[in-house]
Amino acid sequence: MDVTKYTIKQISVFSENKPGRLAAIAGALEDEGINILAFSIAEANGFGVVRALVDRPDAAYKKLNAMGFMVSFTDVIAVKMRDVPGGLFEMARILSEAEINIEYSYAYSGREAAVLILRVDRVDAAVEKILARGGTLLSADEFS
Amino acid sequence: MITWDPNMEMMPEAELKKMQFKLLKMLVYRLYSFSNFYHERMDAHGVHPDDITRLEDVVKLPFMVKSDLRDNYPDKIFTATPEELVRYHVSSGTTGKPTVVGYTKNDLDNWTESLARALTSCGVGRGDVVQVAYGYGLFTGGLGLHYGAERIGATVVPASVGNTERQLELMQDLRVTAICCTPSYLAHIGETAKKLGISIKNDTRLRTAILGAEPWSDQMRQRIEEEMGIKAYNIYGTSELSGPMFTECKEQDGIHMWSDLAFVEIIDPETSQPVPDGEDGEMVVTILQKEALPIIRYRTGDITSMNVSPCPCGRTHPRIARLSGRVDDMLIIRGINVFPSQVEHTLLSIPEVSGYFMIEVDRIGALDNMLVKVELNPEAFSDKINDILDIRRKVGHTLKNMLNVSVDVEISEPGSLPRFEGKAKRVIDRRVL
Repeated sequence: MDVTKYTIKQISVFSENKPGRLAAIAGALEDEGINILAFSIAEANGFGVVRALVDRPDAAYKKLNAMGFMVSFTDVIAVKMRDVPGGLFEMARILSEAEINIEYSYAYSGREAAVLILRVDRVDAAVEKILARGGTLLSADEFS
Repeated sequence: MITWDPNMEMMPEAELKKMQFKLLKMLVYRLYSFSNFYHERMDAHGVHPDDITRLEDVVKLPFMVKSDLRDNYPDKIFTATPEELVRYHVSSGTTGKPTVVGYTKNDLDNWTESLARALTSCGVGRGDVVQVAYGYGLFTGGLGLHYGAERIGATVVPASVGNTERQLELMQDLRVTAICCTPSYLAHIGETAKKLGISIKNDTRLRTAILGAEPWSDQMRQRIEEEMGIKAYNIYGTSELSGPMFTECKEQDGIHMWSDLAFVEIIDPETSQPVPDGEDGEMVVTILQKEALPIIRYRTGDITSMNVSPCPCGRTHPRIARLSGRVDDMLIIRGINVFPSQVEHTLLSIPEVSGYFMIEVDRIGALDNMLVKVELNPEAFSDKINDILDIRRKVGHTLKNMLNVSVDVEISEPGSLPRFEGKAKRVIDRRVL
């Protein structure tokens, strides 16, 4: 199975936890005409990591890196959830039964469905199990 | 007024100077004859003992600096035989190799005598109960004050540092009247007392504190004195000189530097030329009667000024003002010397961070708090918060091991910390002393 089809390149940006940092990141992406499709901030005492799915990850990486930001790519998967009670549970149960650990996750409610972005410890197994159980994964193409 | 040694302490200035010259001359001859280190130093400097014909000729002698002691670790410049040594003290070694100070019987005797005079000048004496809450051991503070207080017939409570509640219990139960410690530790004792519902002013007999080993201010003195109903005196000394040796007298207006023990110069640290009395400069000290570890024109790095006007207390020995800073940017954090260069060396040994850093120092409550801001190396950046927290912990642990003082660590973006051209100013000290 072509798992790479479903692995999505997320950009992660290190940021100090102080006013203006997110504006600097978002402003830079706007300058490059890059669209942010999904996004979250993980924060600790004093710093945070901004994670985003964008339509042109390589361009975003280049731009932010040139501005002096620390940027990395991380492989994530995006699962369509039914936007009804139990939608998240369905997905969580599939991964739980396969003993796949979710390192972090965030979600957005799109036009057609809710989408769950997952960073898991075993991407291949997660893709396989979700598809085998009739889940729908968004392909990387759908984000570009 | 009570003095410990009235003949010495109130000797007319002219006689003191005569005595200093004699001692200096003897010292230089002795070292030129018996110390390879000093013989070579003087030869290289083009000065011979015969060139010292009056006290002012001291300026012909070469300076000594801290690194002379470190470079000659442990005892290469000692001028006493091993059999003559009766004690060692060792500095914390935070700037690299530790500094070892050896003492002959006479060295200890002079040190103790110096403190006997000093403590007496603070109004401490027989009948007083002195709690020595400086560290005992390799550090000079504890044992120095211990023997000084014993010599004047006071009762010593060798409490050392730590266990603050017990310190308070001892202070109350043993009817302590004087305490020797760092100013921040006394403030900490005060806060602990408050928490326990103890009023130092009303529930103890404390009336004198002798405070030093870290910078503090007159404002802090005022606060301590009012809150505790005591008099607080400033004490000065460094391990190279022997240890804490000199204090203010009851006038609380400058520290008397016993002229028979120490010859003090104040110089411009840049030009090395003497500055006029009353002007700030780097204090340079010659310990006139040291046997084991000679200290000639030792550059203390401490900034102060000299006051040679007569003191109302009657003592004729000159006074130095409260230290106003350090020539280098050495920080004293909770009594421990910290150099920015150590932080730099430590960070360079940790691959996850760059060598750029900033140090920010605050006083939180009574305790110093040191924050080190570091930059993460891009290669070490992980998308996972826990990985970054692990790096932060690692940096904190490593710094603590190297500095002997715990620090807070903040992870900054690469390139976000200031870059300096020329002399870096990596320390922001916001402590209100």
